[in-house]
Amino acid sequence: MDSLGIIGAVSILTAGLTIAIGSIGPAFGEARAASQALSAIAQQPDEANTITRTLFVSLAMIESTAIYCFVVSMILIFANPFWAAALQAGG
Amino acid sequence: MRISPDEWVFWVWRGFELNATIAFTWAIMALLVAISFLVTRRLSDDEQISPFQNCLEVLVTGLGDQIRDITRQDPGRYLPFVGTLFIFIATANLFSVVPGYVAPTGSLSTTTALALSVFVAVPVFGVAARGIGGYLKQYFQPTPLMAPFTIISEFSRTIALAIRLYGNAMSGAMIVGILISVTPFFFPVIMQLFGLLTGLIQAYIFAVLAMVYIASAAQAEETTLEPNQTSNKER
Repeated sequence: MDSLGIIGAVSILTAGLTIAIGSIGPAFGEARAASQALSAIAQQPDEANTITRTLFVSLAMIESTAIYCFVVSMILIFANPFWAAALQAGG
Repeated sequence: MRISPDEWVFWVWRGFELNATIAFTWAIMALLVAISFLVTRRLSDDEQISPFQNCLEVLVTGLGDQIRDITRQDPGRYLPFVGTLFIFIATANLFSVVPGYVAPTGSLSTTTALALSVFVAVPVFGVAARGIGGYLKQYFQPTPLMAPFTIISEFSRTIALAIRLYGNAMSGAMIVGILISVTPFFFPVIMQLFGLLTGLIQAYIFAVLAMVYIASAAQAEETTLEPNQTSNKER
């Protein structure tokens, strides 16, 4: 396999691994945050406004780690710098 | 597939490229300014107010209440900056239901510019509230050993702010693009609707985080209010 093929194969494999592993942690974290917030709302329905707002903010912050993984995998697939460099060197 | 609206260039003039990001940003700015100008030209304080004025008042007082709840401070000073961030990002994201429109928040340049403006606003509001000495003192607050980490966190949270908004807006457009080629017509519409919710929440998150960062820099002890003490709802 030439270097272009190796770069392409490794990029695709790494992109898949990145998004697969990178979504496990945030999924667990978000599930935990949501279940805690639900039980908190069930215990104190009066505070539902504050809890919901804090929940949304913390969900977005947890989710951002998954978003970073998504950005990295998108860069690997669509805007890979090594792929471009190898194309330029080859052609 | 275009990964960023930066690569969609409308026309080039003497090395200056007018790409989709700049064009749509200007369009949104013009729209917001035009609506605000038309509505605020005829403000009335009677009992009869126009529906547009009512809408703007609801928006402004709602933002003010949110800021007061989050910071426990008077929102008047922060409302223009944080409110502008929220309204701009929300409008930019919500217009993505219009065909042919690409959200400028899906470009890393826009989100970096917004995050940099927050990065600059934090010391500006901090110095305005506490003076230069008081603002600089908080870097050495528990011990001077913490100063490098505080400075690192200032940079890393700016980067995180930019990447978070960019990733969310870009992933919405990207997933719709991929779904159109796999299962056309139905699922892209669902994801587009979901993208509206995500866009609004992300605008809210961006504004809330900017507000939290600014408030932590500008925490003046004596102006702390009880939550909802002066809220308009309870008057």
